[in-house]
Amino acid sequence: MSERASNRMFEAFLIVCVFIFVMLCLAPFLHIIAISLSSNRAITSGEVTLFPIEFNWEAYSKVFSDVSMLRSLGFTIILTVATTLLCMVFSVAAAYPLTKGNLKGRRFFMYLIIITMFFSGGIIPEYLLIRDLHMINSVWSLILPGLISPFNLIILISFFNNIPPSLEESAEIDGSSHLHTLIKIVLPLSMPVLATLALFYAVGRWNGFQDSLMYINNPDLYPIQLKLYQMVQNNMVTELTQMEGSNRTALTPESLKAASVVFATVPILLVYPWLQKYFVSGVMLGAVKG
Amino acid sequence: MKGSAYIKRYWQLYALLLLPIVYFLIFRYGPMYGVQIAFKDFNLFQGIAGSEWIGFDAFRQVFAMPDFYVTLRNTFMLNFLDLIVSFPAPILLAIMLFEMRSVWFKKISQTILYIPHFISWVIIGGIVYQLFGNQSGMINNLLMNMGLDPIPFLTEKNPWLLTYLFTGVWQSAGWGTILYLAALTGVNKELFEAAEVDGAGRLKRIWHITLPSIKPTIVTLLILNLGKMISIGFDRPYIIGNVAVREYSDVLSTFVYRVGLESGQYTLATVVGLFQAVVGLVFILGSNYISKKLTGDGIM
Repeated sequence: MSERASNRMFEAFLIVCVFIFVMLCLAPFLHIIAISLSSNRAITSGEVTLFPIEFNWEAYSKVFSDVSMLRSLGFTIILTVATTLLCMVFSVAAAYPLTKGNLKGRRFFMYLIIITMFFSGGIIPEYLLIRDLHMINSVWSLILPGLISPFNLIILISFFNNIPPSLEESAEIDGSSHLHTLIKIVLPLSMPVLATLALFYAVGRWNGFQDSLMYINNPDLYPIQLKLYQMVQNNMVTELTQMEGSNRTALTPESLKAASVVFATVPILLVYPWLQKYFVSGVMLGAVKG
Repeated sequence: MKGSAYIKRYWQLYALLLLPIVYFLIFRYGPMYGVQIAFKDFNLFQGIAGSEWIGFDAFRQVFAMPDFYVTLRNTFMLNFLDLIVSFPAPILLAIMLFEMRSVWFKKISQTILYIPHFISWVIIGGIVYQLFGNQSGMINNLLMNMGLDPIPFLTEKNPWLLTYLFTGVWQSAGWGTILYLAALTGVNKELFEAAEVDGAGRLKRIWHITLPSIKPTIVTLLILNLGKMISIGFDRPYIIGNVAVREYSDVLSTFVYRVGLESGQYTLATVVGLFQAVVGLVFILGSNYISKKLTGDGIM
């Protein structure tokens, strides 16, 4: 076999292997989308695999007419945007001064932050703190505890450190204040890392579950994950009771659950592709280094 | 620089730092203050400071609980199996992506492969139920259509392990390739060209150039992962697990939640959390030390 032919064979082999991986990655999504668009008859008889059967939008029209679901979605969007903005402001405010080598107390502040990467009080003391601050059933319990991720902060600091100091120095000679330099020079040069961190904070808040499980029991303040979880939980309970032979009437239809899952996933899928080109470099910056 | 000039020059930087430092003191160090209840007979009315000291009584009580050892074992077991199953997948995938010539196929694949990393465990839990459910799950439907017996993926502990491990690979394999691909893009292209001139086949080149060039990354990540053996997230075991498989799915994080917040035994749960944090610290520092010794790379 000629070398070119064997190269082509190898390429074909690679493409097939990666394609299998990609399909394994996609299949669960395709299945859940298929369920959400199929009739209940087709779902309960087990006919639906990767494509909808007896196609209909009914589940989605139900999700969109469910007030509590829409409110939860709206609340989570606002919560996510607000959290991300605050996280970014706090992270930038913390990172920039810590790149100044001649700032007195810098090492102390760095240690103060790094220690928290290796040791934390644990969830019970965290819960008690939130309780003592009277933040149970308050949106602040979902925003404040995770305001700065030390890992993200380190990524930001190493990015700022890579900006040529001459740029900032020349601005300073021109009489620019630190704040002015930060806003006019440093931040515009840091868009890739800012986009990456914003994505991480936003995804973290959107996907956050445990804190809402611990701190929120007012249904008006249920983030979308907690709301969805109750449906999943409902599923699990059914699965368990089925073993004991009870029937499965009076349940949320499968298609509705599937539609809700799709509904909560779409916002992430809408944002993610736009930021993809940034986050790869951002992840590399934060990796095994610092 | 004189004091007043220094302040004049740097006050803005301190002003920027002020709120973040307050944040760290309250929300990161505040809970550390609360850790003292591990040594106290805590009750909500007397509060953290007002509760009575009891020394190591609560530790003795925890170390006498059979459930504690079950969750400790499960934590190690799930983490270890996860490492065996989930660690090689991104390496394999990264090598395949790197060797691939077709640029557009590679780009599309990467975009899709990263997605699961951004999906919450609640959503994965919802999907898992649809795929692996005993009666109505897609996999079991397919099995039954082929005339095979359904497998209780969610309700029996050994099949459940498969479900748990599958979700891990599914979620992390694509994302995990980023670091390896980054290491590979740093490799000198001439090495590959020289190998080609010497007539080395593709597989030979993978074995002698590609793999060795990501070896340091593999070793570092492996050691750092071993350092995280005792820490385990809450969402995944809590959501993918259920009462029927608790014998395997109950881990330290879910145990802390159950004992502390569901049963209100704050002191006992704090003890478990503290134990986990201290052992975790030793593990991480140890693995970091080993990693630095072996590869010169670490997280600190």
